[in-house]
Amino acid sequence: MKKDQLDEFEVNIDKCMHCGACVGSCPQNAIYLREVVLEFNDSCTLCKRCIKACPVGAIKLVESA
Amino acid sequence: MKRDYDIVIVGAGPAGSMTAKWAAKNGARVLMIEKRQEIGSPVRCGEGISRAWHDSVGLKLDKKSLAWEVKGAKLVAPNGTPFYLGEKMAGDEVGIVIDRVFFDKQLAREAIKAGADLQLKASATKLIKEGSKVVGVHVNSMDGPRDISCGCVVAADGFESQVGRWAGIDTSLAPRDITTCFQYRLTNIDIEHEYCEFVLGSKAPGGYIWIFPKNEDTANVGIGMQFTKLHEIADVKKHLDKFIQGDPRLRKGKPLELVSGAVSICAPIEKTIGDGVILVGDAARQIDPITGGGISNSCKSGKVAGEVLAKATQENDFSEKSLMRYENGWRNLIENQLYRNWLAKEKLVTLPDETFDKVIATLNDVGVEKMSTLAILKAIGDKYPELVKEFQEFL
Repeated sequence: MKKDQLDEFEVNIDKCMHCGACVGSCPQNAIYLREVVLEFNDSCTLCKRCIKACPVGAIKLVESA
Repeated sequence: MKRDYDIVIVGAGPAGSMTAKWAAKNGARVLMIEKRQEIGSPVRCGEGISRAWHDSVGLKLDKKSLAWEVKGAKLVAPNGTPFYLGEKMAGDEVGIVIDRVFFDKQLAREAIKAGADLQLKASATKLIKEGSKVVGVHVNSMDGPRDISCGCVVAADGFESQVGRWAGIDTSLAPRDITTCFQYRLTNIDIEHEYCEFVLGSKAPGGYIWIFPKNEDTANVGIGMQFTKLHEIADVKKHLDKFIQGDPRLRKGKPLELVSGAVSICAPIEKTIGDGVILVGDAARQIDPITGGGISNSCKSGKVAGEVLAKATQENDFSEKSLMRYENGWRNLIENQLYRNWLAKEKLVTLPDETFDKVIATLNDVGVEKMSTLAILKAIGDKYPELVKEFQEFL
């Protein structure tokens, strides 16, 4: 599956520890940790590994309607 | 045209600072860039290390870097039975608990003293290449964006390393080779503060829970779980919270600090160099796959990297061929151990609690000569050869 523009990862900033667990777990190198903000780029394939890797459950995928 | 620096090191953790120190000491012009605003903070580490390797990398811990000394390690079976590795055999794996906020600064200070430059709040955003050769790095910092030219870029950018991937080196991890972690620094707890404790089995599927004392009533209480054993969202934190609530020594504790992160628990990767680039430390996947510890290997590899880069600077040759001396150097030091411990990890993550119970019972019967993973694996192998048959040749 290729990331659709309508699908967005949502990072819960109240939970995110900026630890980079999702970044290093991403098979596509599609996440960038800019200081304390996560940026997802177009090489994301929606594999959702980052969601599972996040130790605190801060990432979720907002599915398109 | 003269290059800005001989070496630019991305990341000023132990691997980066160690590389910087040994490169600068031997004459290279070195810049370390660190994306954070403070070296060593926020901490992303359980902080338990051993002493045995310090001399080999020229490390003398200063007072502040050393937080606590322990007599030994305590391994706890799933059924609660402890096995103590006492002070008589102390040495290789566990001995001290450090304070990374100070430890990382100590190493950075030593690098600076050796002649290295350091810039904080400076992030590498891409590599500058001529063909496939890395000739510099683009950096964003308070000074604004700029290109820095150099002979070699060192990827010391940790678990979430991007520099290696930008250079075309495959550092991607299989799900079974990732451990995600969560830790509290808990205070107001009632622990055996003379031991670093490791809780084995299904309380931490595919990993373990650690209790590393920082003083009499405070410890780093953390968990690592294999990625493939995670099921629910935030599973790793849930497992740790459940463990703490179920342990009367810890239940009344309050956290002074929260830490999360991940480590690689993979076999040594194929390649850690390219034309004008080398990977070191967690970025090079040099973490011990059993303990999840990375500091000793980072320091050992960092020293090799620094020495090789100093020679490469003198020879003005940062080709992949020249940097092979690093590739061979670090592998000579730690590759066998990494590979053996990866094989052992692959086995350990399959064991049911009853087997861990039996193993701990055996260790209590026969004892273990030395406090090292190797000594423990050997003792297990004597009684249960089938548990070690996949890596017998490495014992």
